[in-house]
Amino acid sequence: MFDFLSFIPRAVVQGIPLLYGSTGETLTEKAGNLNLGIPGIMYVGGISGVIGGFLYEQSLPAGTGVAPFLAVAIPLVCCLVGSLLMGLLYCFLTVTLRANQNVTGLALTTFGIGVGNFFGGSLIKLSGKDVPAITLTATAECFSAPLPFAANLGWFGKLFLSYGFLAYIAVAVALLASYVLKRTRVGLHLRAVGESPATADAAGIDVNRYKYRATCIGSMIAGLGGLYYVMDYSRGIWSNDAFGDRGWLAIALVIFTIWRPNIGVIASVLFGGLYILHMYIPTGMNLAIKEIYKMLPYVVTIIVLVLSSIRKKRETQPPESLGRSYFREDR
Amino acid sequence: MSKPEKKPLFHIVKRAPMPWWKAWLYRGLSIVLAMILCAVISLIMTGQNPVQIFTSIFNGTFGSPRKMWATGQNVAMLLVISLAVTPAFQMRFWNIGGEGQALMGCLASAACMITLKSVLPNWAVICAMLAASIIAGAVWGLIPAFFKAKWNTNETLFTLMMNYIATQLVAFFCVFWESPKGSGNIGVINQSSNIGWLPVVGGQKYLLSILIAAVLCTGMYFYLRFSKHGYELTVVGESEKTARYVGIKVDRVIMRTMILSGAMCGIAGFMLTGGTDHTLTTTLVDGRGFTAVMVSWLAKFNPVWMILASFLLVFLDRGASEMAQKCKLNSSFADILTGIILFFIIGGEFFINYRLCMRHSETKEGIAHV
Repeated sequence: MFDFLSFIPRAVVQGIPLLYGSTGETLTEKAGNLNLGIPGIMYVGGISGVIGGFLYEQSLPAGTGVAPFLAVAIPLVCCLVGSLLMGLLYCFLTVTLRANQNVTGLALTTFGIGVGNFFGGSLIKLSGKDVPAITLTATAECFSAPLPFAANLGWFGKLFLSYGFLAYIAVAVALLASYVLKRTRVGLHLRAVGESPATADAAGIDVNRYKYRATCIGSMIAGLGGLYYVMDYSRGIWSNDAFGDRGWLAIALVIFTIWRPNIGVIASVLFGGLYILHMYIPTGMNLAIKEIYKMLPYVVTIIVLVLSSIRKKRETQPPESLGRSYFREDR
Repeated sequence: MSKPEKKPLFHIVKRAPMPWWKAWLYRGLSIVLAMILCAVISLIMTGQNPVQIFTSIFNGTFGSPRKMWATGQNVAMLLVISLAVTPAFQMRFWNIGGEGQALMGCLASAACMITLKSVLPNWAVICAMLAASIIAGAVWGLIPAFFKAKWNTNETLFTLMMNYIATQLVAFFCVFWESPKGSGNIGVINQSSNIGWLPVVGGQKYLLSILIAAVLCTGMYFYLRFSKHGYELTVVGESEKTARYVGIKVDRVIMRTMILSGAMCGIAGFMLTGGTDHTLTTTLVDGRGFTAVMVSWLAKFNPVWMILASFLLVFLDRGASEMAQKCKLNSSFADILTGIILFFIIGGEFFINYRLCMRHSETKEGIAHV
């Protein structure tokens, strides 16, 4: 019998970084910026949080425990600042300097993964501290503390209440983003910028400001995904390249949800489930087949991409000017 | 133009095309600036003096004959994949699936090496490998192109996803053919019989890849510049409507170009598996499919400049790794430096294409240089 009670919480935990990443990327893409730097930004978000947490834990006098508020706030702020800087860099290059978005994004990914792995591997040497590895167990415990009454509620508690606070924030952010995009004037303007910047410009919307804001906020949200991964999922232990291809999977999720963060809440759990499905399917001795299961999220994404392009429904198309820089004097 | 009440400090104007030497001067300048920033960062991180840093970067690339050959091999591989993605880019088809296409080439080559080793003689195995990897790469390129041509499916996202499907497919076969059993990887294929290993030319293991890269580079230069195909795909890239108007079959051009693009990536995979590494792993292409996008763009889709661009990136990568190793830092330092240089070059492009006009100098042309 398929063990749903242990499968779903694990799928959710896998899905949360993807949800952060895809919510952030959706906002960015709605402003017409195809930010392929998301994987890099998520790495930077994660490592910034780790650096903050590491320096904080090391600065404590021996024997004292961490103060829960600071242990959460310092990595959180570091993460947001780190990913904001990445977002600003991307915006500066693509919006102000009108560079090619694909190339900039890929360069940002190279850079971001480099930053993550470099500091992950060299932080101890650089800071001159005498510890064998970066393990922020105390900080991580503050991040992953479940709701206090979760243990008393049986299966309900396990399915819905057993996660760290960042997981709930992810859902809240996704729903909020969806609301803003769909129901507010800001969202309307943002979508206009992504669909047709020239029209938006003519209507008096400051195109560059919207692009900057959406991309920077999107980056910060995506960076939180990296933070969640390190602090909650892997319990404060940074290991290089452990984050893997989740950044690309987050971009896949954007397509899968057809640019709707509220669908992302469910879809991220689905993707997370597909990501770990291979551990739950009995394959006997045939280990190779597990690798085939790991390709499922990508295959599903391609199918969605193809179907939505065949159906040509206006609501399910990518933003019209996705990937193009806007220059008012260009025609 | 609208009449703003408050005049901005400057506005941005598109430049007329620069003479090529001037454009490259700007690019050179941005590389120099980036190098200075890299040196400062390295200085802070390692605490060595800049001369030492640059010596170790240089040593990492040219330190010994062995290192020089390895550099040449890396440049050649990066160049082949960059050349492969170029016709697609020229057509404004953002093929960021070079990684997957090359990996499929590796897979096809390895498959031939493993399954045909006791069936066919050595030369026939090599021919089969070449054919199989070209087909595998071409198919991997054709799939997104087909959907792009038929239904205008977003090719950037499609090719990106295809990378990971290829990776997983390779992972599957790595376990499927694992040797020894239970190890989860393949190891060196045909270690004792050397079947399917490309011949060593001139006593140097890497010389063959360099030669193939040189041939492909020349070929691609002529294909893009002087052939009818090259002309057609450029027109499609500039304006699909124009292309349709002059009677170019756009969907056919898209598919044909992507077949070429994928096939060349397949050749790169063939060179990796058959020529140098003789194995199959999911990381065999080593991110070159993505780096190639940047190389091709940096060189403005010109095969000759691509040699320089790929050399620059390989030089940085190897040099920074060497430096990081010396200072017992993590080798990802190279990625950071590469990123910085790329940002500078990408940003520098702006000053080649646009010009800032200061408020007071609007009447006098040419004063307001950057």
